[in-house]
Amino acid sequence: MFDYETYLRTSKMPLIWCAGCGDGIVLKAMLRAIHKLGLEKDKICMVSGIGCSSRLTGYVDFNTLHTTHGRAITFATGIKMARPELHVIVVTGDGDATAIGGNHYIHAARRNIDLTVILFNNNIYGMTGGQVSPTTPLGKFASTAPYGNFENSFNISGLALAAGASFVARSTVYHATQLEKYVEKAILKKGFSVVEVITQCPTTYGRRNREGTAVDMMLAQKENSIPVSRARTMSEEELEGKIVTGILVDTEKPECRSEYQKIIDRFSQPTGSVETKR
Amino acid sequence: MAEKGKSNRVQVLSGNEACALGALAAGMRFYAGYPITPSSEVAEVLSLELPKVGGVFIQMEDEIASIGAIIGASLAGSKSMTATSGPGFSLMQENIGYASMAEVPIVIVNVMRGGPSTGLPTMPAQADIMQARWGTHGDHPVIALAPYSVREAFTLTVRAFNLAESFRTPVVLLMDEILGHVNEKVVLPLPQELEIVDRVRPQVSPQDYLPYAFTKNGVPPMVSFGEGYRYHVTGLAHDESGFPTNQPEKIERLLLRLNGKLEKNRENIVDFQVDDFDDAQVGVISYGSSARAARHAVRLAREAGIKAGLFRLKTIWPFADQEIEAHTKHLKAWIVPEMNLGQIAHEVEWVVGRSIPVHRINRIDGNPINPLEIMAKIKEIA
Amino acid sequence: MNEKVAVAGKIEIRINEAWCKGCAICVEFCPQDVLVMENGVAQVCNLEACTACGLCELRCPDFAITVKKG
Ligand SMILES: Cc1ncc(C[n+]2csc(CCOP(=O)(O)OP(=O)(O)O)c2C)c(N)n1
Ligand code: SF4
Ligand code: SF4
Ligand code: SF4
Repeated sequence: MFDYETYLRTSKMPLIWCAGCGDGIVLKAMLRAIHKLGLEKDKICMVSGIGCSSRLTGYVDFNTLHTTHGRAITFATGIKMARPELHVIVVTGDGDATAIGGNHYIHAARRNIDLTVILFNNNIYGMTGGQVSPTTPLGKFASTAPYGNFENSFNISGLALAAGASFVARSTVYHATQLEKYVEKAILKKGFSVVEVITQCPTTYGRRNREGTAVDMMLAQKENSIPVSRARTMSEEELEGKIVTGILVDTEKPECRSEYQKIIDRFSQPTGSVETKR
Repeated sequence: MAEKGKSNRVQVLSGNEACALGALAAGMRFYAGYPITPSSEVAEVLSLELPKVGGVFIQMEDEIASIGAIIGASLAGSKSMTATSGPGFSLMQENIGYASMAEVPIVIVNVMRGGPSTGLPTMPAQADIMQARWGTHGDHPVIALAPYSVREAFTLTVRAFNLAESFRTPVVLLMDEILGHVNEKVVLPLPQELEIVDRVRPQVSPQDYLPYAFTKNGVPPMVSFGEGYRYHVTGLAHDESGFPTNQPEKIERLLLRLNGKLEKNRENIVDFQVDDFDDAQVGVISYGSSARAARHAVRLAREAGIKAGLFRLKTIWPFADQEIEAHTKHLKAWIVPEMNLGQIAHEVEWVVGRSIPVHRINRIDGNPINPLEIMAKIKEIA
Repeated sequence: MNEKVAVAGKIEIRINEAWCKGCAICVEFCPQDVLVMENGVAQVCNLEACTACGLCELRCPDFAITVKKG
């Protein structure tokens, strides 16, 4: 029978996150998906950057790596290239993946390396106290946007899609079951896959933008979500402030590590011995 | 083929090529890098050679990504390396600190060029000495080596890996543009002639494994991801189990062990070579390609009947302070020629205090130091 | 572990009070009004109405509430 605790380092709990933080709901969806796929714990490597969401790796009983701000995807790329048999799952925040780590994010999508990225989008820098992030909507408030955000925001799923990811889906913590399904598909996909999950930060984002409690924020996720099929029939104005959920792309294309394996297979010498001569 | 007797094994190689071959011989099987002059040949050779031995080469989107990837690959069990020059080395600094803190063995080759900033892309310098020591923030351990010949570019690259693996620490190989690009006739050691060191693996079961254990020599055993040990790695201050801690005594203990492990083992790390030193009255301390000029100058001095000697640093960090002090006894003065404004001279002054003068010969215009300039200084002092 | 267990027939709800942060997500999303907040932690007040739908557990961010149907 499924028990979350099989996958948790319970001695490190309770979780560091605030009351009502959505990140724990994402974590649960991830563990259910992993369980459903029957993956061996030893074969999973979970890599995170820096931020509230990135603290997740400390709580799960896999090979876990908490890296530097924005760089999780680069460490994960090294792991996947060196040991392709591992399932490498990246846990990252909106700031981590698309501000400081934006370049790595698009390049991993471009090379289509077989990583699964779970991108926790809370529209804010949670860990550092609520500064504006690349996904903070125009006009919303942050500790460094006291007069309202005067910049446009990223569509971070769209970014991955345009950069060449094999699988991109968006969901919310309210839709925890749908989220679980997308995580499962993302892990199964051989190629770069992203699940963008809209999660609430009641402490810094919710409070400053008068969005109420964690429950209120989750209800707003429910209200504002539009399935991608319906969104395609709607105008840009109609989609203003909405969350388009669903699978945005799911395709097969050459994957970076497998392509490299072909080169190894073709050129590697049977002895594998090294010569100190050119 | 390699094993057909010595005469067959003479080849002409550049320092960058020799470095790449040394890495392969050391067992390096993962390279990630971003092109930059004057280091790019290292990447080019490895892109060709690595797949032949089942290894992996990847060109990343920048140097931050490159060092991230090699840390990841090292944790996954591959000996890993990147090569760069000043601007790229600057970008790598945060993750060099990560590798120090998380104790991940990696090798970073910095083929030095003139700086600051974009500086002199195609001209040599030795001005990243202090950056190699203190480039990343916080108190941290680091090892830096400086080869001076093409052959040594090979052997010190092998040693860089051995040290990284022995001490679970990043090792910087400080080459420079001259050495990177100079072509020399060399006979490289055969693979079977090399001592290759691999990280020490734990003798305990996964339940008892402490990835940051306090061991006798200060270096915890290391196991790769995916081998059943499932541990946590973080750049946050952590306890022996690898999980973050805020307890002052645990934090202090960790940092003292980290910084102490190289000090504890410095005898096995610090390396240098002396030429003509027995009766020397004027000592020249040099390293890297400047040491080529220094050696030449010392020979000219000897031919002229002047008792000069060369002390050549093979390890830059940890600094050979005790060894330099021991060689200071009978000297009138030290001369320190280097392609910067005195980064090593400053360390030497610190070691010898006011006991004898330390003369600097500095060159920062992108040109190598002329042996005659060193010779002139030797004459002046002798 | 401060665990509170409520059992009615085949349904068992456990609340780990040490992990519960009192966010009230479980309370608000329970379709049967089985749960309430009391002194900052979730409590079972009306187990008879519980259908073991599992929505409280699904959305609890802190692994603090579990529902079993035996
Ligand atoms: C190089 C660097 N710059 C800045 C920081 C400070 N910092 C830590 S977390 C963070 C933002 C995290 O935001 P996000 O990625 O959205 O994650 P969240 O905390 O919201 O989950 C920043 C700026 C850092 N740790 N490293
Ligand atoms: S600050 Fe926000 S993102 Fe961070 S733990 Fe608290 S609620 Fe979650
Ligand atoms: S299982 Fe369903 S009905 Fe029962 S308490 Fe939880 S949410 Fe309410
Ligand atoms: S959802 Fe979980 S943490 Fe929140 S009140 Fe309910 S049991 Fe407690």
